Amino acid sequence: MSLMTPTSPEASRHTGPYLQVEDLRVHFETDDGTVKSVDGLSFAVEKGKTLGIVGESGSGKSVTSMAVMGLHTSKNARISGSIKVDGQELVGAPIDVVRRLRGQKMAMIFQDPLSAMHPYYTVGNQIVEAYRIHNDVSKKAARAHAIDMLDRVGIPSPRDRVDAYPHQFSGGMRQRAMIAMALSCDPSLLIADEPTTALDVTVQAQILDLIRDLQREFHSAVVIITHDLGVVAELADDIVVMYAGRKAEHGSAEQLFGEPQHPYAWGLLGSMPRFDRPPTERLLPIKGTPPSLINVPEGCAFNPRCEFSSRVPGERCVTDRPEALDAGGGHRVACHLPTAQRRQIWADEIAPRLA
Amino acid sequence: MNDAAPLLEVEDLVKHFPVKGRGLLQRATQAVQAVDGVSFSVRRGETFSIVGESGCGKSTTARLVTRLLAPTSGTVRLDGKDISTLPERQLRPLRRDVQMIFQDPYSSLNPRHTVGKIVGAPFRLQDVEPEGGRKRAVQELLSLVGLSPEHYNRYPHEFSGGQRQRIGIARTLALKPKLIVADEPVSALDVSIQAQVVNLLEDLQDELGLTYVMIAHDLSVVRHVSDRVAVMYLGKIVEVADRDDLYEHPRHPYTAAMLSAVPVPDTRRRTERERIRLQGDVPSPIDPPPGCRFHTRCWKATEVCRTEEPPLVQIGPAPGHLAACHHPEEK
Ligand SMILES: Nc1ncnc2c1ncn2[C@@H]1O[C@H](COP(=O)(O)OP(=O)(O)OP(=O)(O)O)[C@@H](O)[C@H]1O
Ligand SMILES: Nc1ncnc2c1ncn2[C@@H]1O[C@H](COP(=O)(O)OP(=O)(O)OP(=O)(O)O)[C@@H](O)[C@H]1O
Ligand code: SF4
Ligand code: SF4
Ligand SMILES: [Mg+2]
Ligand SMILES: [Mg+2]
Repeated sequence: MSLMTPTSPEASRHTGPYLQVEDLRVHFETDDGTVKSVDGLSFAVEKGKTLGIVGESGSGKSVTSMAVMGLHTSKNARISGSIKVDGQELVGAPIDVVRRLRGQKMAMIFQDPLSAMHPYYTVGNQIVEAYRIHNDVSKKAARAHAIDMLDRVGIPSPRDRVDAYPHQFSGGMRQRAMIAMALSCDPSLLIADEPTTALDVTVQAQILDLIRDLQREFHSAVVIITHDLGVVAELADDIVVMYAGRKAEHGSAEQLFGEPQHPYAWGLLGSMPRFDRPPTERLLPIKGTPPSLINVPEGCAFNPRCEFSSRVPGERCVTDRPEALDAGGGHRVACHLPTAQRRQIWADEIAPRLA
Repeated sequence: MNDAAPLLEVEDLVKHFPVKGRGLLQRATQAVQAVDGVSFSVRRGETFSIVGESGCGKSTTARLVTRLLAPTSGTVRLDGKDISTLPERQLRPLRRDVQMIFQDPYSSLNPRHTVGKIVGAPFRLQDVEPEGGRKRAVQELLSLVGLSPEHYNRYPHEFSGGQRQRIGIARTLALKPKLIVADEPVSALDVSIQAQVVNLLEDLQDELGLTYVMIAHDLSVVRHVSDRVAVMYLGKIVEVADRDDLYEHPRHPYTAAMLSAVPVPDTRRRTERERIRLQGDVPSPIDPPPGCRFHTRCWKATEVCRTEEPPLVQIGPAPGHLAACHHPEEK
């Protein structure tokens, strides 16, 4: 991929997960009150592994990834907890430290390619600039590299298109251009926020292969955020299901798809049209509306929408906040229902409904 | 007006974007052949979807149909009336009957306007006073799309991607249009909200007799919502059929490749499935390959494919199943 290997003064001597997030909180002060976008989130990603984050829109996935990238600069953002990349703490670290890490060790593919690209500069120039910030190479070499990267992400005749402006690219091409920009410095940590939603399935397959290649070649840690449960099923080793800024469920892909245990995860699976099954008349969305992050429901944030809360004795669903506890084999579930009962419900009531 | 006549008829639609050449040839202008001879018609009350590789011209087609762009040539008839050559000032009634939901929920919302102002804009622009007042109408629209009325005074940047898309949809629905052209309407939404929006679009279709032209990459969603599906490749329609025919008996090799690449939410399927991986050069719409435009990547290509363009013709027993291929799949 790149000719340059980013050299870091403090070359990785750290052992353990490459990215470790602990009790992360990102709150925003607004006129209406404090928006608790991320509220006590923990996860870790080893090198060479892929973590998938799925969850409701507005559940804090992008806010989490922006926090890891050190991109919450607005005054109303309050961040606490810990984010360690290669052993180095980022929460509270000086801006230039984070910025250096951002070019050399970590890169992000944004959900929104238009806002990540400047409308007045050509696509090629933007890749060249991004590359030259962290790599001491001539303009010419950087341009050749940019064309090479555009080619790798499947932009047709990259030599002709490198001087186009973002608005002259289709949505999917912009997305690929941004992926080219992110991958141009061979990041050890790649955060991909909805990297393929704007792409058709054949290009999507190509981009997922590219991410897999990157991972094999550079042993990168990858975090992929997506709504597409199919994509995480293909790519992720582990999966975090988020709800209202917190973790509802966390386990291996096999655990999550084989025996999901959180009622919210069941809802997600039930609401998607399944390509691998005959078409149904109507989709089954989770009832109710997403929670306000200003007035998060007491107890379990999912309780106003949960059809199983009545099976939990007492009023615990509305009074106690469930922790994400180990339900066996490292499969963590934040729900007051006892594990055995959840497994039963899955087997008897949910799985047949999905088939 | 004849109810059996199609609501929308597109004939031989072409859109070329001029681009500058490189180096010495800077002034010799070339053109991106974004849409190059597309014909289809959409019946009243149906959902017609367009799928295809990114960059193949789907959004451009959508923008031509809604007259956000003027075509290079070809016609677009809405209710029998040719709108392809209408001058800008005569487009006002069209702007009411035809609405567009955009692919990109970020750039399509004015960051300086409140949600209330954005969703209420169509009322202002078209001078409509809904029953119960504009504010109430807007708040009803907000709850219709799964947002809360309390969002009325907030700004787009305070919302997630999915929430912003719902704002856009609410705005689209304000004037109860005849035709909605939706460019990736649900791709930014999580599956649960997506299901709500899909159900909502279906309900609105039943209630108001809406007609949809839908563009989407998610082939599971497309299968769920569509009556008919067209597949585009490099500016042309290569296959069009009723939904079930297309998904069960794809005739064009590109369609078959696409269907094989759909990711399935089941880890057991990781190893089982056989995906057709497209090899070969991705052609450029500036200089599309001669003959069949897919031949540079098609595993079935023969000599005739490189020289003769296959016409879009009826293939197989299902009525209205058209494909443009010299060697169609037989399944
Ligand atoms: N600067 C901000 N000020 C106030 N609230 C914010 C700000 N940025 C994000 N939020 C809120 O934080 C919540 C989480 O947003 P985030 O973008 O992380 O969602 P998401 O999980 O990525 O959703 P999607 O899947 O739709 O992209 C949302 O409710 C959003 O409105
Ligand atoms: N204003 C423009 N100037 C030059 N080229 C353009 C312009 N708008 C679109 N194009 C080109 O036209 C082709 C078709 O673009 P279009 O946006 O219609 O693709 P699309 O099928 O919607 O793709 P996607 O699925 O990625 O959104 C692309 O090659 C694109 O670069
Ligand atoms: S804790 Fe209660 S409300 Fe929350 S998911 Fe479990 S059963 Fe439902
Ligand atoms: S016409 Fe030939 S090249 Fe084109 S899709 Fe058919 S077999 Fe492939
Ligand atoms: Mg997001
Ligand atoms: Mg498009």
